[in-house]
Amino acid sequence: MSGNDDIATLAEELPLEALPLDAWHRARGARMVGFAGYHMPIQYEGIMAEHSWTREHAGLFDVSHMGQLSFSGEAVDAALEHLLPSDIKGLKPFRQRYSMLLDQEGGILDDLMVSRLGDGAFDGADIYMVVNGATKYDDIGWMIEHLPDAVVMNHMADQALLALQGPEAGEALAALIPETADLLFMQSGQFIWRGVTLWISRSGYTGEDGFEISLPADDATLLADALCALPQVKPIGLGARDSLRLEAGLPLYGHDLSPAVSTIGADLGFAIQKRRREEGGFIGHARVLKELADGPGSKRVGLTITGRLPAREGAQIYAGDVLVGEVTSGGFAPSVGAPIAMGWVSLPHAAIGQALEIDVRGKRIAAEVAPMPFVSHRYRRKA
Amino acid sequence: MSRYFTDEHEWIDVEGEIATVGITDYAQEQLGDIVFVELPAEGTNFDKGDDAAVVELVKAASDVYAPISGEVVESNSALEDEPALVNSDAEEDGWFFKLRIADTSELEGLMNEAAYKKFVAAL
Repeated sequence: MSGNDDIATLAEELPLEALPLDAWHRARGARMVGFAGYHMPIQYEGIMAEHSWTREHAGLFDVSHMGQLSFSGEAVDAALEHLLPSDIKGLKPFRQRYSMLLDQEGGILDDLMVSRLGDGAFDGADIYMVVNGATKYDDIGWMIEHLPDAVVMNHMADQALLALQGPEAGEALAALIPETADLLFMQSGQFIWRGVTLWISRSGYTGEDGFEISLPADDATLLADALCALPQVKPIGLGARDSLRLEAGLPLYGHDLSPAVSTIGADLGFAIQKRRREEGGFIGHARVLKELADGPGSKRVGLTITGRLPAREGAQIYAGDVLVGEVTSGGFAPSVGAPIAMGWVSLPHAAIGQALEIDVRGKRIAAEVAPMPFVSHRYRRKA
Repeated sequence: MSRYFTDEHEWIDVEGEIATVGITDYAQEQLGDIVFVELPAEGTNFDKGDDAAVVELVKAASDVYAPISGEVVESNSALEDEPALVNSDAEEDGWFFKLRIADTSELEGLMNEAAYKKFVAAL
């Protein structure tokens, strides 16, 4: 028997660092693996149980490996509009947007969340950004290269980041901080809890209602303990985070997204607001414009699979004898009760309902292009 | 009947010329939730160490090797409907396949239960 989990392989190659909640995870029986340069909890009691708990109650995820950055300076909006394809000037205080870093050819360097701060949060910085853990140092290098001197970027390496996700997340967090009940999806705010300053946004990456909470690393254990003392909350590992985000149809950087692919094919055009499409002025704009006009060569799609055999990342997708694409995320979907996948398929074969086949170790399994999300989002929006 | 264990975490029950093969309780515990088991077809011939089965987890897959050489005479069809049997009863009802043993000398050097327990405790 041999495991071939890519996360486990990474663990052998990188010198791993401990995150603020390392001892807390171990004390709660987490199985730790190497990911993005850190020891990370992959699971506690099992991915299926943790996945279901999050869909029914509330799960606490430690995502402190992700990069938290703040930006200050008079020219910050214009500078970030050069780097990001999204509308930053129109981003109001306490509001958050999904965006991306694009390279000169329009390939995706990372996907991220960008927020307008307010009320003097993070020492009065103007913009807060959360980027992927595995790419954070490359992102920082790219941004230093492309930001003017007038903009000051701070990597907040001493902040932890927790995500509380699930239908009972709102009720759980309100038990500690009642004012958080007023937040809606993609809104943020600064809150004080037991003297600790928290920056909380109503967002996450599971498709469920929930929050991401940035706080000083030294206080992370205190908050994690307080949350997990609530009957709605259990700690959840990265394994279930991945199966939840796949069911939610959300792409994962380094798998579904990479420098080889672009925004429009990735179905992330919603992150580029109308003014930015028309005015351009961001790195990678030419490709976005071209794909908006001519269509992308291939598209990110959801795939439902007949039978129980999951198709994994790297499996090739066929239409008859023609190779038309590749699976970029795949696994068993606990809430669906069947295998599902996400992949890239050439445009003529990317329509919903298209019958395809996936090669799994030489065996062809039947698949179909399916609408995403696979499990409905339950974000808390304005009624 | 004798039970043998491998350092790849398979168990083998030998009864006459037939060997029943499964993965150990320790192995299923390490793997976590099993969602599918791909089993070999009857009549397949394996050399010791060949890829014989695949255990599919939520996030990943894991190969199971043939612990000894032989011809597959039966696969555990119960696993098709209930792959989680491997999690709940790895060393009995969660067996994978039965082989007609090609070379009994390959059983020499495998661990007995006490030796396997000691091996696992040291991991």
